[in-house]
Amino acid sequence: MPIEDLLKNVGVDFQEDSVHEEIMKCVGCGLCLPYCPTYREVGTEMASPRGRIALAKEYFDGKLKITPRFAEHLYLCLECLACETACPSGVKFHRIMEPAREAIKKNLERPLWDRMVRDMVFKHIFPYPKRLQLLAGFLRLYQVSGLQWLVRKTGLLRSISESLEETEQMLPPIQPKALRDALKEVTPPLGGRKQYRVGFLSGCVMNLVFTPINLATVRVLARNGCEVITPRFQKCCGALHLHNGETDIARQMARYNIDIFEKLQLDALLVNSAGCGSALKEYGELLKDDSRYAQKASAFSQKVKDISEFLVEIGFVKPQGAIYRKVAYDDPCHLIHGQGIKFQPREILKSIPGLELVELKESDWCCGSAGIYNITHPELSMRLLDRKMAHVKATGADLLATANPGCILQLRWGAKRAGLKMDVVHVVELLDQAYSKELE
Amino acid sequence: MDKKSLIDELAQIVGVENVFHEPEDLITYQYDAYLSRAMPDFVVFPTTTEQVSKILKVASREKVPFVARGAGTGISGGAIPVKGGIVVALSRMNKILEIDFESRRARVQPGVINLDLSHAMKDKGFHYIPDPASQQSCTIGGNVAENAGGPHCLAYGVTTNHVLGLTVVLPNGEIIHTGGKALDYPGYDLTGLLVGSEGTLGIVTEIIVRIEHRPEAVKTLLASFSSMLDAAKTVSAIIASGTIPAALEMMDKPAIEAVEAFAHAGYPVEAAAVLLIELEGLKDGMDRLAKKIVEICQSHKAIEVKVAQNEQERMQLWKGRKCAAGAIGRICNKYYLHDCVVPRNKLVAVLSEIYQIAEKYQVQVANVFHAGDGNLHPLVPMDMSDRDQVERALRAGDEILKCCIQAGGTLSGEHGIGLEKNELMPLIFNEADLTAMKKVKAVFNPEDLCNPGKIFPTPGRCLEVTQRPR
Repeated sequence: MPIEDLLKNVGVDFQEDSVHEEIMKCVGCGLCLPYCPTYREVGTEMASPRGRIALAKEYFDGKLKITPRFAEHLYLCLECLACETACPSGVKFHRIMEPAREAIKKNLERPLWDRMVRDMVFKHIFPYPKRLQLLAGFLRLYQVSGLQWLVRKTGLLRSISESLEETEQMLPPIQPKALRDALKEVTPPLGGRKQYRVGFLSGCVMNLVFTPINLATVRVLARNGCEVITPRFQKCCGALHLHNGETDIARQMARYNIDIFEKLQLDALLVNSAGCGSALKEYGELLKDDSRYAQKASAFSQKVKDISEFLVEIGFVKPQGAIYRKVAYDDPCHLIHGQGIKFQPREILKSIPGLELVELKESDWCCGSAGIYNITHPELSMRLLDRKMAHVKATGADLLATANPGCILQLRWGAKRAGLKMDVVHVVELLDQAYSKELE
Repeated sequence: MDKKSLIDELAQIVGVENVFHEPEDLITYQYDAYLSRAMPDFVVFPTTTEQVSKILKVASREKVPFVARGAGTGISGGAIPVKGGIVVALSRMNKILEIDFESRRARVQPGVINLDLSHAMKDKGFHYIPDPASQQSCTIGGNVAENAGGPHCLAYGVTTNHVLGLTVVLPNGEIIHTGGKALDYPGYDLTGLLVGSEGTLGIVTEIIVRIEHRPEAVKTLLASFSSMLDAAKTVSAIIASGTIPAALEMMDKPAIEAVEAFAHAGYPVEAAAVLLIELEGLKDGMDRLAKKIVEICQSHKAIEVKVAQNEQERMQLWKGRKCAAGAIGRICNKYYLHDCVVPRNKLVAVLSEIYQIAEKYQVQVANVFHAGDGNLHPLVPMDMSDRDQVERALRAGDEILKCCIQAGGTLSGEHGIGLEKNELMPLIFNEADLTAMKKVKAVFNPEDLCNPGKIFPTPGRCLEVTQRPR
């Protein structure tokens, strides 16, 4: 086509803001498409990273209004960030998606019930650890009182909606210990010699549902010469908020957590939840325009390390106790794509005597958990889960390891759906087990 | 027929969930990997040949233009709906229908991703050879439309040499079959005609391709040079020696730097050019062959020749090459990826002219290309915030193409003409050549509803006619 026509058509435009800066990095080559789980399942350009960027660009260029359909397309994204790993041009996709979702939140009139539920969860529960604990208390009451048994027996929820029933069934047993504060604020290093002073972000879901994983994490750290500080009044990391357009609340919680951990003089700040780790490592980016916090936030983010990343970095103590099982490892998206951590969890698993690590096909593929995706998009989430479980089954493993609470819940449910009798555990639990077997 | 009734009719064919027509849907079907864009009116997702046939019957009855689309990774604008109308998206026709190892054939739907086909046969040691740099994303249907090439086409031929039969829906909705699993069908070679017809003669809905056993031994070498010209001379020397490597790729300094920043493939950033050479064959004799190639490189002043020691190192070297274009995206916010061919003995002369052109227009140029075939891919980075720079980049691109043609080359090696170079066709074809092609098109696509606005220059435009040296 003639150059004059092309010049008119390519739209030579460029706005100087951080979203446009990111958008313009996309050259439109389409190499991300096959790595996007939703594109693979749905097959439409709107369900692909390139399509989402095109839509976001139209909005940020002022050429498209935010409509329910626009929101539908952008919320179909899992934010698994597989596209970031695939992108040769280095587009940080989440830096486009998060502002786009924030704009949706601000500009789209959602139905009242939807707003109420979202406000309840994002504004009134998650930012407050005590309320979260209270909610967990109610859930536990529901689980142990026989009410759960009754609801399941009568199929009450199915009569409302099948996905609601599915969600209820995925509900993990709330740990009684979580209702007290299970973790001590200061755990001394085992054997007395302190090599590192580390902070531990105990996480909201991890803390309530997976108390044993948190306890295992702290034991493993203590065994590796760490004094572990777990501040009692830390807050949710804000990942959930960021992914749902509640950027302002995420920023508030980030500032709070920075203040809490900053004064502790830590060598590192550790996380055992991939999703939280990914969000904490982005605090620097999140608060870059906050003159008071920008510098603190970036210093904070640099200290954040995933548990497996840290253990491998310090040359963790190789366990002597054996676990005679065959294990497959499933990469949490926010570990492999969000933080680029791939070999460290595998190295930990390989270090355990007796444990046979088998490779899982598409282990870098989202399991469909994706924050609250399995609640908001149950159908697609289950398709992704079934795809995952088929690969898991093919490995012949009797144990599935991963490193994120959402994934553990989803994969446990997946194992049940697929009729697989296998445990789904966190990598650090296995290391802890191997250490404890040394004493036997 | 109004828009609403047309939507209803399309929905009856493919189901309402497979017809899209809202602006928020259509925006994402304006583009492929080329620079231009145009908005369609509908996007439909058929899953069978019969559905495609019904869609085209409706379209031709209502005189609505239509264009087939695979993954939208084409770089000549082949999938851009310049006249609006229907985008027939084939991404859900992505089944591998049959793999017949005994007769070495596979039958696939057009939406199958190129690399997926090879992955599906990996355990049996087979693969599908044509390997465009975008093979992780692009579809076999798109490859057929554009007659796609790739690094390994040097030794094994381009897509057309690997396609043996097609099921095609003609623009009027009729379904025809060409070729088949056997070799050499009688009658006109319509398969040959349709491959590379850029979606202007019909929509391909099934493809029979040749599959091959993977070679017993593969050796991949990376030779680096302190001048582009030494590298180019090495290419000629290798070919002249009688050895045809499976692939023989070249990259220049800007390309190497961009790739290293992304892929960390172990390319020497201080080199002015590298050659990526892949040898395939039997285990016996492979070392001798590799040694011969190393010697040729060394006698042409190679600074270093690295031989991949294992599969991982090999994949790493290839990752660098395959991601090159995208990686250029790291040094600019858009690029113009060219595709032109020159006779191999003109490589050195044309490359130096390309650098001169870049200098004249004050633009950068990175070269990543199939040196063995003389198929150049100059990449011109563009800054979309600077209209003047974009215009210079585009003009430089035009001049590069003309320079290749002057050297006895041609307009496109493997990307197709599409929307990108249709106005330049008179540079290599005279009136009679183009008329012959137009007549063929008229037989299949008399009303020009099937991918209009592609390949041929816009009628009535003032054309620049230069006679190509033959």
